[in-house]
Amino acid sequence: MTAKPTFRLQGTDLSCIRDDRILFEGLSFELVSGQVLLLEGKNGSGKTSLLRILCGFREPDAGQVLWCGEAIDDSQYYADMAYVGHLDGVKKELTVLENLKVSLALGQSGQYSIQQALIKVHLTDYDEVLVQALSAGQKRRLSLARLLITKNSVWILDEPFTSLDKQGIALIETLMSEHCASGGMIVLTSHHDIELHDVAVQRINLS
Amino acid sequence: MSLSHAFFAIIRRDLVLALRRRSEIANPLLFFILVITLFPLGIGAQPHLLQAIAPGIIWVSALLAAMLSLDSLFRSDFDDGSLEQILLSSHPASILVLGKIIAHWLVTGLPLLIVAPLLAIFLGMPTHSLGILLLTLLLGTPVLSLIGAIGVALTVGLRRGGMILSLLVLPLYVPVLIFASNAVEIAGTGLPVDAQINILISILLMALVLAPWPTAAALKMSIN
Repeated sequence: MTAKPTFRLQGTDLSCIRDDRILFEGLSFELVSGQVLLLEGKNGSGKTSLLRILCGFREPDAGQVLWCGEAIDDSQYYADMAYVGHLDGVKKELTVLENLKVSLALGQSGQYSIQQALIKVHLTDYDEVLVQALSAGQKRRLSLARLLITKNSVWILDEPFTSLDKQGIALIETLMSEHCASGGMIVLTSHHDIELHDVAVQRINLS
Repeated sequence: MSLSHAFFAIIRRDLVLALRRRSEIANPLLFFILVITLFPLGIGAQPHLLQAIAPGIIWVSALLAAMLSLDSLFRSDFDDGSLEQILLSSHPASILVLGKIIAHWLVTGLPLLIVAPLLAIFLGMPTHSLGILLLTLLLGTPVLSLIGAIGVALTVGLRRGGMILSLLVLPLYVPVLIFASNAVEIAGTGLPVDAQINILISILLMALVLAPWPTAAALKMSIN
């Protein structure tokens, strides 16, 4: 067995205020390699806001996000993190392959090649197809394929199961388990209850 | 992948995108041609007047065409989430943004250079000043894209940012307009225009170095 690198993502005393409304305050958590953090709560309870704070898009109104003990802006965090949000982040006028090539150029090459990743997300014969011809579920799988081709250890996923069918959901759960088994960590929001084998799932309820 | 690889991948991506939705290239170019062809019709049979104001007409039209094309710089990336992915890259956002600006100029600024000599002859501009006209456009239109990018980055998150964008950006375009149209005008009389050209070069270099940083910072604010 080779020693896997361990990473630690910490949020200390985070709070988020939006339009004079406190979404959450005094929120702390600690996540290490191999764990999943599931954010729960009703609509508008601040799940997406918390994810965007973890992405560095938004400053927390109080508190700090730490990566291996350092503030995320001063660390290697952005090279280790990948985000799939509400928006797919793919260009509909480009083909599947072109989209993935751009994503690959923006990051560092990871565990899988583009072809391997397409096999993983069941989009094998679609590489020359324009994204606008894909269904919503296929687009989602394409944006998740991005996680596989780039080097990253933290996945931040905002409602990853939206518009996926049962097989799609099972597929993503398998990919998530594999990612955790290889020393990655995942922060996600989901309305859907996730079933992950052999993975420690922490839950934060924001409402 | 290396930074230069990412930089060229962004340029290539934006050029392919522009080719697949051609109206983006055609719109500013068509606007440029239409405005310039309408001037002789509006002014009437006064070739000397037209010749005298030709540098101004061409440059004002180029400036408005550049403004018209600005919104497309970050709009679609903002709407479909690609912008978030670009800003999350571990590469410096300012360099990637510079790639986008260069691609935008190649698509919207360069075509103006290609049709400008034809339109200049159409307005009766002396042929010996065509070289200077092209040189000023070559130096000036990238500045319009670079400065404009800061304005678009600030307003891309607003639903109706068009008006604010013009107010923000137009005053910053004025120096380019003054020096460029003046250079073309003086060149028509046969006098040297080194001073104006040197100033345009320095404006371009300054914009090239200084514009990408605030653009990247403003984009980060806009996606918040």
